[in-house]
Amino acid sequence: MSNFWGWFISIITVINIAGCLWLIRWTSKKAPGEEDTTGHVWDGDLKELNNPLPRWWLWTFYLTIAFAVIYLVIFPGMGKFGGTSGWTQVGQYDQEVQAAEAKYGELFARMAATDIETLAMDENALRAGRNLFVNNCAMCHGSDGRGARSFPNLTDSEWMYGGDPSTIELSIMMGRNGVMPAWGPALGADGVAQVTEHVLELNGREHDATLAAAGTEKFAMFCAACHGPQGKGNQALGAPDLTNDIWLHSGSREGIAQTISGGLNNRMPAQGEILGEDRVRVLAAYVYSLSLGGERGTNTE
Amino acid sequence: MDKSNTYNDTVVRQFTIMTLVWGIVGFLVGVIIAAELRWPDLTAGISWLSYGRLRPLHTNAVIFAFGGSALFACSYYIVQRTCHVRLFAEKLAALTFWGWQLVIVLAAVTLPLGLTQGKEYAELEWPIDLLIAVIWVSYGIVFFGTIVKRRIKHIYVANWFFGAYIITVAVLHIVNSIAIPISLTKSYSAYPGVIDAMVQWWYGHNAVGFFLTAAFLGMMYYFVPKQAGRPVYSYRLSVVHFWALISIYMWAGPHHLHYTTLPDWAQSLGMAFSLILLAPSWGGMINGMMTLSGAWHKLRTDPILKFMIVSLSFYGMSTFEGPMMSIKTVNALSHYTDWTIGHVHSGALGWVAMISMGCLYALVPKLWGKERMYSTRLIDIHFWIATIGIVLYIAAMWMAGVMQGLMWRAVNADGTLTYSFMESLKQTYPFYSVRLLGGVLFLVGILIMTYNVFKTIGSGESIKAQPVPQSA
Repeated sequence: MSNFWGWFISIITVINIAGCLWLIRWTSKKAPGEEDTTGHVWDGDLKELNNPLPRWWLWTFYLTIAFAVIYLVIFPGMGKFGGTSGWTQVGQYDQEVQAAEAKYGELFARMAATDIETLAMDENALRAGRNLFVNNCAMCHGSDGRGARSFPNLTDSEWMYGGDPSTIELSIMMGRNGVMPAWGPALGADGVAQVTEHVLELNGREHDATLAAAGTEKFAMFCAACHGPQGKGNQALGAPDLTNDIWLHSGSREGIAQTISGGLNNRMPAQGEILGEDRVRVLAAYVYSLSLGGERGTNTE
Repeated sequence: MDKSNTYNDTVVRQFTIMTLVWGIVGFLVGVIIAAELRWPDLTAGISWLSYGRLRPLHTNAVIFAFGGSALFACSYYIVQRTCHVRLFAEKLAALTFWGWQLVIVLAAVTLPLGLTQGKEYAELEWPIDLLIAVIWVSYGIVFFGTIVKRRIKHIYVANWFFGAYIITVAVLHIVNSIAIPISLTKSYSAYPGVIDAMVQWWYGHNAVGFFLTAAFLGMMYYFVPKQAGRPVYSYRLSVVHFWALISIYMWAGPHHLHYTTLPDWAQSLGMAFSLILLAPSWGGMINGMMTLSGAWHKLRTDPILKFMIVSLSFYGMSTFEGPMMSIKTVNALSHYTDWTIGHVHSGALGWVAMISMGCLYALVPKLWGKERMYSTRLIDIHFWIATIGIVLYIAAMWMAGVMQGLMWRAVNADGTLTYSFMESLKQTYPFYSVRLLGGVLFLVGILIMTYNVFKTIGSGESIKAQPVPQSA
């Protein structure tokens, strides 16, 4: 804020508050010789009395003004003057985070010192993990972790990037960027249809054999680099297995064709910056426990 | 009789009828979206019936179509009666009627189609915004032209409030709607980021302050003394609360943006001025209520006065609640919860709609040259149904809001949040049901009123234009 705007804000603030004070002092007492009515008449019978301002109301007005003045001395408001308390909302946030860290940090640090497999058996860690999950992950993966269209199910044994504890932890910590290029321009409409039939064939479903055969070569050229020659996928790249009945986006013929032609861009945000390493580890233990499929994993209440 | 010696009540009658029509539409859409919150799959995935599309339609319909029509009707009626002169620029007045209806119809088409600027209470796209600006300036010319040619020296207090509302809404609307069009149906705001947010809530809160508060106070200042048969309580109070109200309201917008990227100083000023706003707001309530002193016994027999006095009570409640909610520590609990919705409806249903209904009940017999409304008993029934509806609505939303605020901040022994958002939503369902019931009752109320009004209009002889007093 420049000096000009700082002064501008301060001056109009003072003018407005002082103006109110002047207004109530000016009107609160009857001038000598002033009548009880104004003497105006409108529309036949519309008149005005001129009663004094109610005392309690005047005091309310003075009190709120006094509060505002004191508040603007203590807190920021008057342009560049930051207030005597030095309060800022960022400062308040940092303080609260520090206080929480002092109170709970040790608890999570202790849990995080344990390996994930062991944590996944620990009731307390799982309870904390579930609470982190429903407030940070559930909006995409669902409160039961079963996912939704375009958001993977975390309770089954099928993993895009790997389901071992350390990979889960890494996925949460760093996030994931899944990019499949759009092959429509390279393949053309016929090519897309052929590769689609080939994918259906890989998936063991009803397909057009002639088109699928034509698609085999194209699959090897465009798709196999990530999804593998047999379409078994590659967890190092997050390329899904195309041979099972699990579909992240859509498994219908039209859906597959659309994915091939338009490509996909899926992003899971990194949680490390937000939650910190210790909490991510506890969260990873919870997610790992979901995939173990026990009662505990699917209990959402 | 020479036309210039009578009042122009044609445009007043037109706006009066449309107030009822848009009231029914607006309340009905409100009931539908209240039901959608309770049963999210209610409209079977039809996009233009979805909550996100209908919610702005509801707010625009009740504020600008229902409330706006009531204000046009009453301000045109009052400015003529208190200036002792026929309306200025009558063709322009007719234009404001047809133009305003066109705006509403365009809103009712574009909002369900999903065409929106995404600014709350300022959703309409730029071509409609331009139309609004033209109509609003015409409104100003008609209103202030009438004031200029008045035949009575002193300008009545109601007209101060109408004048402030017309000027300020023009400024707010034009500044907030400045946008860069990229096609007929799409534009982008001219302001970047947090400046856009601040301009929007400067607009948004003053829409509450000037459209929904000052203007309806203008309505109150004419009809309450008329209906009570008593003089206005205090001229000096009206002077001080008018100037304090319009100057302080301008600052209050930032309380909608507490704990956001809005700079700290702006948030603090917004809060400090919101608190000072309490007394100026209450000035209007005191002036209205005290006008009734000496006429309290009339409440027993006159349900129209009941509408007015209850509306003033809700006005006092919500203008107390507003400053409290603007305090940062309270806001930290209340913001983003249904408490806000409860607060808004205590003002919108309790104050704006109830004072409009009371004034319309007083106005309709005069406009159509009748002795009184067709049925006083139906007015009384409407009063009770509407009041119970409001109480159910706002009590449900208060409880839901405080509960949500507390659930969202509850933490476990390990410092993690106790509840997920979904859990708080599940707990809110019973309150959504009660709210829906309250809304249905309010809708039933205006249906009863509409029946009563049409029976009143349909009975007896035709209307005669009312003469302007010549002696004043």
